[in-house]
Amino acid sequence: MAEFIQILISGLSAGSIYALAAVGFTLLWQASQTINFAQGEFVMLPAFFVLALTVKLGLPLPLAIILAIFLSVLLLGAVFKKLVVEPMIQHGTLPLVIATIALGLLLKEGVKEFYSPLGQPFPSLFPQDVLSVFGAAVSIPDIANFVIAMGTIIGLQLFLARTRTGRCMQATAQNPDVAQILGVDIKKMVLYTFLINGALAAIASVLITPIYLAKFSNGEVLGLVAFIAAIVGGFNQIRGALVGGLLIGVIDNLSAGYVSAEYRQAVPMLLLIFVILVRPQGLLGTSEGRAV
Amino acid sequence: MIRKATLLTASALSLMAGLASADVRIASVAELSGAGAAAGAVWHDGIKMAVEEINAAGGILGEQIDLVEYDSQTDPQNSRAMVQKAIDEEAFVLMGTVYSSSTVVNMLVAMQNGVPQITGSESPTITAKGNPYIFRTAFGAQKGLPKLGSYIKDDLGASKVAVIWANTEFGKGGHDAFENVAASNGIEIVSDIPTEQAQVDFAADVAKLKSSGAEAVFAYMTEEESARFLIEAEKQGLGLPIVGDTVIASQKVIDLAGSAANGVSSHVGLTAEAPIPAIREMAAKFEAKYGYGADHNAIKGYLGAYTVKYVTEAVGSFDRQAFADKMHGLCLDAATHPGILMDACWDDTGELSRESFLVQVVDGKQQITKTLPAN
Amino acid sequence: MKRAHLILALIGIAVLILAPIGQKNYIIYVLCSWLMFSIAAMGLNLTLGYAGQVSLAQASFIGIGAYITSLLTLAGYHWVFGWLAAMGATFVIGLLLGYPALRVQHHFLAFVTLAFNTIVFLVLRNEEEITGGSFGLVGMPRPEFFGIKTMPQLNFYYFVLVLFVISAFVFWWIVHSPWGRAFKALRENPIRAESLGVDTRRITLLAFAIGSAFGGGAGAIMAPLVQFIEPGSFALIHSLKILLMVVVGGAGFFYGPMLGAAVVIILPEFLRFTEGYYLIIYAFLVIVLMVYSPSGLIGLGSKLMARFRPKQEVRKDMAKGAQL
Repeated sequence: MAEFIQILISGLSAGSIYALAAVGFTLLWQASQTINFAQGEFVMLPAFFVLALTVKLGLPLPLAIILAIFLSVLLLGAVFKKLVVEPMIQHGTLPLVIATIALGLLLKEGVKEFYSPLGQPFPSLFPQDVLSVFGAAVSIPDIANFVIAMGTIIGLQLFLARTRTGRCMQATAQNPDVAQILGVDIKKMVLYTFLINGALAAIASVLITPIYLAKFSNGEVLGLVAFIAAIVGGFNQIRGALVGGLLIGVIDNLSAGYVSAEYRQAVPMLLLIFVILVRPQGLLGTSEGRAV
Repeated sequence: MIRKATLLTASALSLMAGLASADVRIASVAELSGAGAAAGAVWHDGIKMAVEEINAAGGILGEQIDLVEYDSQTDPQNSRAMVQKAIDEEAFVLMGTVYSSSTVVNMLVAMQNGVPQITGSESPTITAKGNPYIFRTAFGAQKGLPKLGSYIKDDLGASKVAVIWANTEFGKGGHDAFENVAASNGIEIVSDIPTEQAQVDFAADVAKLKSSGAEAVFAYMTEEESARFLIEAEKQGLGLPIVGDTVIASQKVIDLAGSAANGVSSHVGLTAEAPIPAIREMAAKFEAKYGYGADHNAIKGYLGAYTVKYVTEAVGSFDRQAFADKMHGLCLDAATHPGILMDACWDDTGELSRESFLVQVVDGKQQITKTLPAN
Repeated sequence: MKRAHLILALIGIAVLILAPIGQKNYIIYVLCSWLMFSIAAMGLNLTLGYAGQVSLAQASFIGIGAYITSLLTLAGYHWVFGWLAAMGATFVIGLLLGYPALRVQHHFLAFVTLAFNTIVFLVLRNEEEITGGSFGLVGMPRPEFFGIKTMPQLNFYYFVLVLFVISAFVFWWIVHSPWGRAFKALRENPIRAESLGVDTRRITLLAFAIGSAFGGGAGAIMAPLVQFIEPGSFALIHSLKILLMVVVGGAGFFYGPMLGAAVVIILPEFLRFTEGYYLIIYAFLVIVLMVYSPSGLIGLGSKLMARFRPKQEVRKDMAKGAQL
């Protein structure tokens, strides 16, 4: 029993981070039909901003994190949109897919060449104390990651539903032409989406890297998982990405624990194929339109 | 279009091939990019340092060494192409590759062309294929792990062991070698857990180990995965002795895992911490030169380059076949051949024998607990 | 026009015949590798450039083909049987995989193939008794035809060249057959094509299955070329690499994938002086290319040519770009 609870709780903790990355993924898709194959690298990179600022420049950790989030919003949000997405978006999705694959490669190789090919330890924001919950070991970082990730996603959901800017962003995602006629500055709204994605990636990065250790290749697995979580949950719903992320986290751990360690990676893939065949819009997705 | 591309390539390639000189050419085919860059680049730096020393001291048989690097990109197919290229460019001896998955492929090409190859790989399969041109710089897991088997049995008193290993060519080699060791020592493997390359989440694996009833854990994974596993094991309070081979007690893992690495014991073939002045001296020089610490790959590259010098000088000429013949059954002692660092012998498969060490991590430092005789 | 094409193709073949003469083994090996990847990329070009579907599983089809060929040739069968079995199996798997995926929305094939590639990798690695697991299979013999051994590198090159020319001809024939014209209609205006009675789904499915079979055929060449296969060579990243070849060269153009494969395989040679940085430079160049010319290098070429020759035909579909 303790083993089961352990696996379940660890799965939820990992899943909450997958959800953060997956939410950013769906946001970009809704706002601009961008399938971002570099999303995993977007989560890998901010941790290295933090490392560069603390280790190389000697800044204190909290300041470094704030600066890293700011840098991510700027580079992974604004610059990414301006230099990569905007010039390509009128050519359809394929060139952009290729460009984001190349961008992922660029970020990965860049970190490897200019920082280090070796994994780096990363400071934790929280004390490492471990609590016992029904016989399962749960650490403070586990709980904090879950709470912060959920809080961020709920906060984002509230922002989109309750504020004027948020509703304008939703309108832009649903129908840019109508939104424009109604006087929404759609360019600005799309930009906001990219900025939010940059911030989400930075938050996920800071939360996950103490456990994952900072390594240039971290994005490979994360990007794929976020992608699958988004499709499984529903590509056009924030809550879909949330559920998809948690589900993949739990299923991955359960299948490693009880099905087959050798085939653990296959289980989320089979789930993906199953969902596409049975419910192509995703578990919580809506089949028409692109509602946020 | 094709035509243009082909012609361009052809001319560019032949241009590069035309850089031959009178010196003796040694090719370093290594993982300079890709997933194995951490291992391959360090191996290459070790070679480079040794070659500079050898050249400064007059070279081999009076010839300066022309060290040429070839990047395998950690891709077995590409490593094969690079070995072919090195042979086309008339390398006297090949150094590399470090990753076993590459070496098993490219050693075929070296064999077909009769070029001696000094490898950094430790997979048992490499010397089991009857290739007369392959030579190791560190003995294979099948020689290292028996030393560990008696430690688990006698020192830890464990008869039930769980194995957690990386499900790759590297990890599988160690896993299979350990299975043999366990069988011959009467150790029962109660839980057998393969993990993925670049796996980040070890929660389920550690939970399984916890309920496996094992008295000790044998862990055989690469650096980052070992560290993540140790961190998770500490978190869940695994409370079992963890033993491994080389990687798990390396400085990199200790740096990454922090306090979670304390108490880990490991068999180590080569380490900068070894109580041998020549190795300490080499490691200090390496760190001063490159700005980072030498690990077992750096030492392998370094003594590998010196091996080429000593064997060639024992032969007396640059004869590839004589080189390979000479090296089978050869012993080099460190007293008269300082660059070899520790006494070493090669058998007729190219396998190496050398002393090794048993270490334990205490307060974030590798400590030698025992020096194990060569087998 | 047609005669010009024929002359161009004949010149190309002549150059390919002469290319390896006097070259060293390494260059011949690289040329073989390029021809092999060109065949795989040609297959993906059919799926992507002509049927407008993204497949992220081309490496797994190469893998399936390579393993089938390896197992058969290691068991003593002639390579030709391995080749036929590899193409047949990948064609059938393509049908089985594509049928359900294409039943739903069009871009779902990308997701299904992505999952499929990962699963194939795991099966190849885990089913050790058949596939050799992570150690792979080694020592596949190079075939012999009518007493001519292909073991020498130059002979093997001509063997691959023959297969390449056959593949290219088949590709050309498909594209110019009634099927191919259906592809063209489909690509340029799917709705109109459907209203004219083109069975969009069947055509797309066939394109995907044939494209996959090209992958299987490339795998059948890889087995005796490298004489070693292991699951890692067929991981998802390699499918992305082949996708890059097609798009960088120019999806939907006959010579596109060959050019793209040349760039991916040969560019590292040109960028060798940059040491570790060549992947960074390559990635950067791809992004710049996509910004400036989404239809790839061939598109870039015709864009430049159009400045001097205003009568150059502009492809309507490519002006808009392929849709995922």
